Amino acid sequence: MTVLQALYAVLIAPFVDYDFMARALVATLALAAGCGPVGVLLVLRRMSLVGDAMSHAILPGAALGFLVGGLSLPAMSLGGFVAGLAVALLAGLVTRATEQREDASFASFYLISLALGVLLVSTRGSNVDLLHVLFGTVLAVDDAALILVTTIASVTLLVLALIYRPLVVECFDPGFLRAAGGGGGLTHLVLLVLVVLNLVGGFQALGTLLAVGLMMLPATAARFWVRELWSMALLAFVMAFASGWLGLVVSFHLGLPSGPAIILAAGGFYLMSLVAGARGGLIARYRTGRHRAA
Amino acid sequence: MNTILRFHDVTLGYERHPAVHHLSGALRAGSLTAVVGPNGAGKSTLLKGMVGLLRPLAGSIRGEGLGRGDIAYLPQQAEIDRTFPISVFDTVQLGHWHKVGPFGAIDGALVEQALAALDAVGLGGFERRQIGSLSAGQFQRVLFARMLLQDARLVLLDEPFTAIDARTTADLLQVVKRWHGEQRTVVAVLHDFDQVRAHFPETLLLAREPVAWGPTGEVLGAGNLLRARRMSEAWDEAAPLCVRGNA
Repeated sequence: MTVLQALYAVLIAPFVDYDFMARALVATLALAAGCGPVGVLLVLRRMSLVGDAMSHAILPGAALGFLVGGLSLPAMSLGGFVAGLAVALLAGLVTRATEQREDASFASFYLISLALGVLLVSTRGSNVDLLHVLFGTVLAVDDAALILVTTIASVTLLVLALIYRPLVVECFDPGFLRAAGGGGGLTHLVLLVLVVLNLVGGFQALGTLLAVGLMMLPATAARFWVRELWSMALLAFVMAFASGWLGLVVSFHLGLPSGPAIILAAGGFYLMSLVAGARGGLIARYRTGRHRAA
Repeated sequence: MNTILRFHDVTLGYERHPAVHHLSGALRAGSLTAVVGPNGAGKSTLLKGMVGLLRPLAGSIRGEGLGRGDIAYLPQQAEIDRTFPISVFDTVQLGHWHKVGPFGAIDGALVEQALAALDAVGLGGFERRQIGSLSAGQFQRVLFARMLLQDARLVLLDEPFTAIDARTTADLLQVVKRWHGEQRTVVAVLHDFDQVRAHFPETLLLAREPVAWGPTGEVLGAGNLLRARRMSEAWDEAAPLCVRGNA
């Protein structure tokens, strides 16, 4: 067996031979397309932990959806979306109406939401299906789930394209937008809705708690390589998809759960970027090469 | 006399404590005014009130046919994220916001204007640089170029030359002069009295209360400066309600 054949057997064959692996790959492709750019914007807005907070906030909604509709994707997705949106709206309102900063109000509301979620989960004891809500089952992605994640990815990219300019201004110089007549608050809210949507899209595949990993890790890694917003978003997408692929391959061959494998692959990309990244990575930072004349 | 902004017994402040107390007067269209006074005198607060970012606690500030797009404002501590990955050129282009809004296209003519604005502040050739790589002075030049594009009737500058070197200050003062020559109204918060005397025909001396407002030579007399210093900047948590004016 040649090297090429071996590589094919390891990296590609699983997706050709098994339908569920092919579906899982398409799902991670769609997730990467939505999560990559959204994650980059969160990082640039210094809201990296808001994604984490939102992923916890989704839990009670998803759990409630499960209690009402059983292991039904629409019920859990809708529940998760509503719960996430409620926390985002309440935290946003409190931030704007009081002196409290956004990180504090988000922390307060997501903790309430998380406790409620854990309470709801506990009423069903140790239900294996419900564990899937928490940790995801990317290998059981069905048609409905595939349509959901691809729709979310498409909507995310379209909306981002539409609000790109105000979003950039609101990230970069919010005072300018306020003096020029506002609109920043609405843009911010739309971004939060996109965060919730993408986390809901990710939880079927990766679980509520890990979905945020595919959003944040490629985004934080991308910043070590490129300087512009568009290239950052593109690179985050590529790395998110590569993580999905590698994670699925590892999980297939070693019989490990797919969600953690995917996020660990993304973590690997991050650590590699941190060390070797051309823009401010550790090696680039401490290597003293010759300097330019001007 | 053409007025662009009229103050009617304005009190501006925070948590019901006044920072600008009972200011009345009119800002003449086309005037070039310096706002001076000690720290805590309410200078920045006054500018925020003029932009409309802060609503008066009492009284009113009325613009004469003045919309949001007619005001360009340079805050003292801009909430700008200097590490944000954006180029000098894109930053300057934001000055077109009131023309293109969130969705409008930026055509060739607007691009030309942006390049010309960069040239005017001495940053020709810097278009593709990322703002994170600029010095404080260069970045202030970028913000002035952005204001050039805003084509505003009223330009408000809050300590525009603080921590800026002499050459950059001189260059940017030329931009202020250009605005003045174009009949735009310019108000700048400043601390350098020599600079005010040399370049600003009119001055408002503020020490929470307005001390004097008029021709710079008269306003910056020794008597007024002494009065300004005496007016305390004390913050009395339990100050009684003010009964002046609106009793």
